[in-house]
Amino acid sequence: MAVQVKQESKLSVNVTHRVTSYKCPVSSKKGGCGGKRECQGGFREQIVGAGFAPDVSSYYTTQAEVRAYQRESVTKGDKMNSRGLRSQLKDSVPVAGLCPQGAYGLQDSLRSGFTSIKNELLPSHPLELSEKNFQLNQDKMNFSTLRNIQGLHAPLKLQMEYRAARQIQRLPFLPSSNLALDTLRGSDESIGFEDILCDPAQSEMMGEPHMMVEYKLGML
Amino acid sequence: MALSTVLETPGAGFNFDNAARNAALEGLFEGGQTPKPLKTGTTIAGVVFKDGVVLGADTRATSSEVVADKMCAKIHYISPNIYCCGAGTAADTEKTTDLLSSNLTIFSLNSGRNPRVVMAVNILQDMLYRYHGQIGANLILGGVDCTGNHLYTVGPYGDVDKVPYLAMGSGDLAALGILEDGFKHDLELEKAKELVRAAIHAGIMSDLGSGNNIDICVITKEGVDYIRPYQESVYKDDRKMKYKYRPGTTAVLTEKVVPLKLEVVQETVQKMETA
Repeated sequence: MAVQVKQESKLSVNVTHRVTSYKCPVSSKKGGCGGKRECQGGFREQIVGAGFAPDVSSYYTTQAEVRAYQRESVTKGDKMNSRGLRSQLKDSVPVAGLCPQGAYGLQDSLRSGFTSIKNELLPSHPLELSEKNFQLNQDKMNFSTLRNIQGLHAPLKLQMEYRAARQIQRLPFLPSSNLALDTLRGSDESIGFEDILCDPAQSEMMGEPHMMVEYKLGML
Repeated sequence: MALSTVLETPGAGFNFDNAARNAALEGLFEGGQTPKPLKTGTTIAGVVFKDGVVLGADTRATSSEVVADKMCAKIHYISPNIYCCGAGTAADTEKTTDLLSSNLTIFSLNSGRNPRVVMAVNILQDMLYRYHGQIGANLILGGVDCTGNHLYTVGPYGDVDKVPYLAMGSGDLAALGILEDGFKHDLELEKAKELVRAAIHAGIMSDLGSGNNIDICVITKEGVDYIRPYQESVYKDDRKMKYKYRPGTTAVLTEKVVPLKLEVVQETVQKMETA
């Protein structure tokens, strides 16, 4: 369901944003949690791939949450309020993997090699965490700066475009070119290590297609 | 081959799967004999003179105690007006300067302009800071652009310094002594070349990791003069890499020619489809 959020930008132009938001699945009471949980009444969303979304129909935000957000942005005036912004972006991806995938949850040494508890809790390389979250953190930083300079509308519009571009994907086991996403980010004009090393289009291993689709859908 | 354990396509970029395995393997090599990456153990130096920038480097690449490459090229091309000397892990400096060069080429194709040295420095700084020093590249960037002659140093953690004269690498202390003594602003070309040569020479003499020949690269507004080698080491060996002898090396004593007579026995024609 769509909710109208009006906000006065600094140029005193009435900008109306139509935002589709999801309610935090933790607090399912009427009226939401009133801003007490960690997302603090902001919008908690799930980024969905093309066609693989779980049930979307039942997510909406309540009037109470919207009013709280509006009130706050009016009273705080020009001060930056990035609460809603931060919880809009997906949380950082944790490194710790799923529980061991062999039978009965035991470690499958043949398939996944030797194990140690330390490896499953902490990354074995100092750069592992920061590299995994690099693109996300970079985006957060850029959107936050943009929000400070140009107002809320700029990152919102951009994120809408990112959301749309991210949905143009092939099935999980096939390589996607991400052309629209690259163009939006500007990474079609620069070369980094992610273009040279471990190109997914040239990966020598192919996952079992059915397993990968089931994993993506959360059925595995 | 479809593996049932792969549930997501692996992400692009660096893959840290082997880090855990390496940590486990390190325990097997008691005594620290794990294979080491090829380092350059270098002396590199740069000087800004009146009309441009002079960069100098030695040509030895070491792998622990063994000289791995006697004619290593340490002055890398970045763009027509920018060159970069690299010290540290050889592969890291190569790859980083290659990436930098590609990015600047894309930029100059897009905008039609020659890149500036500050752009190269900023790209390098971002790239090296992102990897928190794991990429072991100590670089000296020198170039001439529309704003003047510039010499920058970039460390492996992304620290940047802009200086008129500079030495890096394991032989930098000896080289810096010569540079501090002989440097003046607005030197002439020959004096600048001689100063850099003397600095690298001091580094070669005082440091085990530097040696062999000296390369010099002069960058001015008119163009680049890459002199390789500028000075050859007196201990150069005389190995001929090719052992082919030209005809006539040995004297011919007698010659006998026997023509081979062949008869055509059978002839078949096969048409080829060349559509």
